[in-house]
Amino acid sequence: MKKILAALIGVFILVIGGVTAGCGGSGDAGSGDKRDTMVEIQGSDTMVNLNQNWAENYMDENPEKYISVTGGGSGTGIASLINDDVDIAGSSRDMTEEEIGDARENDVDVYEFLVAQDGLAVGVHEDNPVEDLTFAELKEIFTGTVTDWSDFGWDEGGEITVYSRQSNSGTYVYFNENVMDGEDWADDAQFMSGSSAINDALNEDKSGIGYYGVGYVDGVKAINVAYDEDSDYYTPLDAENINEGNYPIARPLYFYTNGVPEGSVKEFLDFVLSDRGQELVVDAGFYQMTPEMHEVNEELFDEIY
Amino acid sequence: MKSTKTLRIKNSLIRLYFTINGALAIIILLMIFFFLLNEGYPAIKEIGLGEFLFKSRWMPSSGDPGYGTLALILSTLIVAFGAMVISIPWGIVTAGYISEIAPKKIQEILKTTIETLAVFPSVVLGFIALTTVAPLVARIFGLSNGLTALTGSIMLSVMALPTIISISEDALNSVPKEYKEAAIAMGATRWEVLKKVTYPSASSGILAAVMLGFGRAIGETMTVLMATGNSLAMPMTDIHGIPFPDFLTSVRTLTATIAIEGSDVPWGSIHYHSLFVVGAILFVLTFIINLIADLAINRFKGGNG
Amino acid sequence: MANLSKKKYSKNISQITHSLETHRQFAKKNIKEKINFGIFAFVASSAVLTVLVLLGILVKGGSGVISIEFITQMPMSQMTEGGIYSAIMGTVYLSLLTLLFSLPLGVGAAIYLHEWAGKGFFVRLIRLSIRNLAGVPSIVYGLFGLGIFAATIGFGTSLLSASLTLALMSLPIIITASEEALKAVPQEFREASIALGATRWETIRYQVLPYALPGIATGSILSIARAAGETAPIILTGAAYFLPYLPGSLFDRFMALPYHLYILSTQHSQTAVVRPLAYGTALVLIAIVLLVNAVAIYIRYRSRKNKLW
Repeated sequence: MKKILAALIGVFILVIGGVTAGCGGSGDAGSGDKRDTMVEIQGSDTMVNLNQNWAENYMDENPEKYISVTGGGSGTGIASLINDDVDIAGSSRDMTEEEIGDARENDVDVYEFLVAQDGLAVGVHEDNPVEDLTFAELKEIFTGTVTDWSDFGWDEGGEITVYSRQSNSGTYVYFNENVMDGEDWADDAQFMSGSSAINDALNEDKSGIGYYGVGYVDGVKAINVAYDEDSDYYTPLDAENINEGNYPIARPLYFYTNGVPEGSVKEFLDFVLSDRGQELVVDAGFYQMTPEMHEVNEELFDEIY
Repeated sequence: MKSTKTLRIKNSLIRLYFTINGALAIIILLMIFFFLLNEGYPAIKEIGLGEFLFKSRWMPSSGDPGYGTLALILSTLIVAFGAMVISIPWGIVTAGYISEIAPKKIQEILKTTIETLAVFPSVVLGFIALTTVAPLVARIFGLSNGLTALTGSIMLSVMALPTIISISEDALNSVPKEYKEAAIAMGATRWEVLKKVTYPSASSGILAAVMLGFGRAIGETMTVLMATGNSLAMPMTDIHGIPFPDFLTSVRTLTATIAIEGSDVPWGSIHYHSLFVVGAILFVLTFIINLIADLAINRFKGGNG
Repeated sequence: MANLSKKKYSKNISQITHSLETHRQFAKKNIKEKINFGIFAFVASSAVLTVLVLLGILVKGGSGVISIEFITQMPMSQMTEGGIYSAIMGTVYLSLLTLLFSLPLGVGAAIYLHEWAGKGFFVRLIRLSIRNLAGVPSIVYGLFGLGIFAATIGFGTSLLSASLTLALMSLPIIITASEEALKAVPQEFREASIALGATRWETIRYQVLPYALPGIATGSILSIARAAGETAPIILTGAAYFLPYLPGSLFDRFMALPYHLYILSTQHSQTAVVRPLAYGTALVLIAIVLLVNAVAIYIRYRSRKNKLW
């Protein structure tokens, strides 16, 4: 009995000792003196795998650097940035004026960098014969004014199940503003926790429809989308459509930095914007930045350095 | 030789230290409650408690935001209630078997099993719901998507089972032996004793067990988050014009709402504060349920809990 | 004479028929009892079956993934390869830190309640609070931890914030278990010690705590098993999505098994591809939890066997 307890207490002390020894007396929460080797990125469910891909490759090339990647929606990253809790917030939507103001109140100066592009795919089950939809039709479906696939010429389709991301995601906000005009969602829309959850649901659900980052499309048919009935329909699966602005629901992906990027943060940002970094974007299923987007970043760099 | 004075001071200091430890529970409980109220107050001031409690449109990030939690409260209650329908008979019968019928060896096996179930992480049950139970539910009821209130209820019934069993078993064990012996002396069989004496005498203890199980089901987060699909619709359906809870539709509970949006809102926004109102509603709900359980236990023990 | 014997005889007859009657009733009752007890046994065993099915699902899905590499390697290539070492260690750190914070407070509170407190209003209020704390949903603890530890005090989303949050959550379990353990120490020990002139604290320190230790250990270990499996509070207070290294300080974020499982099953970009890894993670998590649980049960069993009074 005593022996067991002694052993347990021994293990306990060892582990705690290990943790506290590793502390090195850094009594500062999350930022400041750890900046040199440690970069904390948080946010954007759409980008989290992309961030991870960057972080992993960057750490392989620079073993002495540490990058922590945390998920959650874009809102999460931005909230943490406002609270001075991270170095970089990944986001798939613009930061609002209000948020930038909140950050300033906490002495956090926010800088915006473009890092990649995403085409927002509208996915349906592979057996669904519907190929093309216009912006207006998408709105009808997602607001629930049209509820049956027969309205789009698929009589066996039955009632449409609408899948959406949850309100914390930049994807949701983007879709809500650009496609839905801020109107209410269909009554029985299902709000899923992540892009992949929607992709999984669409693999199962013959009558489903959902939207999410193109990097997540897997085993699902991506709908061709047109601005209106007189325009051509384009698929998000082709980089050209995104780069030339033909696909109506494409958007940039952002990094918001906590202050002017310096030290490890700057190095990591340079890596992300480098050719190698942009190759990794394609790996993760997204699209590289256009030259115009690179120019926007260059202008900002000229301004701050 | 220490003087008695220092001894006395030392003793009263030691006593004070332990008293503070004892009072900690009260302090933490009050802190949690006031913290929720304090953080939720700006939202209540802005929106009014009426909308929170009696409206069912929860669209905090919409252009025209809605903060009604009625659908969330109803969903929470429906999923928990469904779980109870399964786990009350299951738990009470199992407790009766363990306490009154089972041979010693089997008793030990059952008790260990129930303890094992009690430490099952809720995320693991959520995962099993996602991979195994949801597809099963979809197949049995011919649904396109198996993430429903029913799926959540099935998983929660397993979550609540250990609570119901162990507390019911305590209640059954503390029924005085004399009652049972008297009944046996009158020629009753063991079954009759169990049915007519033991269960009725333990009824208020069993009520407490059921209430605590219900509270557990209401407060469960990960399992429902992963199992119910999180749609924001009212979880009701009309059967011949009479509203009736709909178990085959996707629902979103209070806990899932906090988990989804909790760390993902811009801090200090009305949406952020409204989540604390949701937390406070949840807190009050579980508090009332615990209070009922408490009263039942006190009645059971004859007034000195 | 004959008359008498006749009387006796008839009495006997009636007795026999009566007892036959009751026998029949008894037989009926017995059959009823057997059937009902059978139903009870069936329902009770279905609980065991449920646990076995749940474990079976995890073993079937995860056993193919489990290997030395899976347990000792860091996650790699967007978490589609490699192991879950950082998540395992994160959970170990988190649980032990949680215990470090909650044990002294919990045992202290239990000592107060059982050794010092009377039966007054204050004590009843404490007990009511403890029971209610046990019923507060874990996500509410998460909100509280986020607001108090991470934001107000300024620990940020970190190992420290998360373990403090879980420590608050574990308090009710530890207090209740410790109090049960103190109750089990016979009153005579205390009386003898006080009679010999020891102070209340010395009595507790040398006569009560040593004997209550196994019970306290059991309760604490069970609380670790609970804390190790918690997800909701740590999502809000510091769990990270991806860290191919161990937390270097209390102020770092950390990976944890339950959160990792949640991510692999719902948030990852290729949930179908990483499904086996998710099963493996679930299996490792449940194995750790059950192992810790088994240690607690073993300690309890040993201490029951070695009881000296």
